[in-house]
Amino acid sequence: MKARFLIPLAIFIAMLVFLGVGLKLDPREVPSPLIGKPAPAFSLQTLDTPPRALSSAEMRGQVWLLNVWASWCSGCREEHPVLVELSKTRAVPIYGLDYKDQPDDARRLLNGLGNPYVASVSDLDGRTGIEFGVYGVPETFVIDKAGIIRHKQTGPITPEIWRDTILPLVKKLNAA
Amino acid sequence: MLHKFVLPLLLAALLSPAFAKEAVPAAADPAAEARLMTLASELRCLVCQNQTIADSNADLAVDLRNEIREKIESGMSDAEIKDFMVARYGDFVLYRPPLKNTTLFLWVGPFLLLAVGGGILYFTLRQRRQRAAEPELSRDEQALAESLLQTDQTKETT
Repeated sequence: MKARFLIPLAIFIAMLVFLGVGLKLDPREVPSPLIGKPAPAFSLQTLDTPPRALSSAEMRGQVWLLNVWASWCSGCREEHPVLVELSKTRAVPIYGLDYKDQPDDARRLLNGLGNPYVASVSDLDGRTGIEFGVYGVPETFVIDKAGIIRHKQTGPITPEIWRDTILPLVKKLNAA
Repeated sequence: MLHKFVLPLLLAALLSPAFAKEAVPAAADPAAEARLMTLASELRCLVCQNQTIADSNADLAVDLRNEIREKIESGMSDAEIKDFMVARYGDFVLYRPPLKNTTLFLWVGPFLLLAVGGGILYFTLRQRRQRAAEPELSRDEQALAESLLQTDQTKETT
């Protein structure tokens, strides 16, 4: 008979557990259906002066990062110094996709804060972004030697994310 | 009573897509535009997750509406356009997710909960009715109780 009084307590604890788990989940982090699929091909103008056409086919045979960024995006500014540090370690080439940005603004940012990218291409109308399922900059894709997307990081890369997730994956893919 | 509450709600429901339409530049073909809006109202805007692509004025939603508009013009079917969206943004983009192993609980869960709740209600009610129908005391017990009460009373009065 005493057990009856424990039922509401059990329900309460179960709800607490569900809500607790719910708090830890990030609804903004939508799993990308592109993981394990070939990265969408693109051929776009770089931000170099003078610009040149860069095709995603040129990156075949190496593990690379595609970092989607824009000069208008505050998360990207937060991430920028981390990327600059990472580029100095030469662990993996970082390519930029300058998403719906004014090339002049983007160039100004890179000149002022440093350029972590091997090259950055300009996605003026956001079409390439849509192909990659981009919905919030910054986003970073880890792409393997065969051009398959292996991982997607939504939101700024932090030193912790780099150390715990991206760098081990890059090492593994380079060894493969 | 019914009309007082239901009618305004119905009107609001009928009018809201019309309001959403105003945010979109008028296209040459109203039929294509209507198709765009029905499609877009079934797709989630990933920037502002509780809005549809039809309702949202986020940059990405505008871009995706344009993308859908072009796809309609190029003669793609609704299913093909939805597949295009799902291939890039996942099932999450659909407001009506497909029935799959991973979404089974999502679809069946509410009915399951309803069945469990209904079951509990049924058994509780039945138990309660049984308890009420049971005679509280048998005839012998009744007689015994009455005699005890009477002796008590006589004791007290004396």
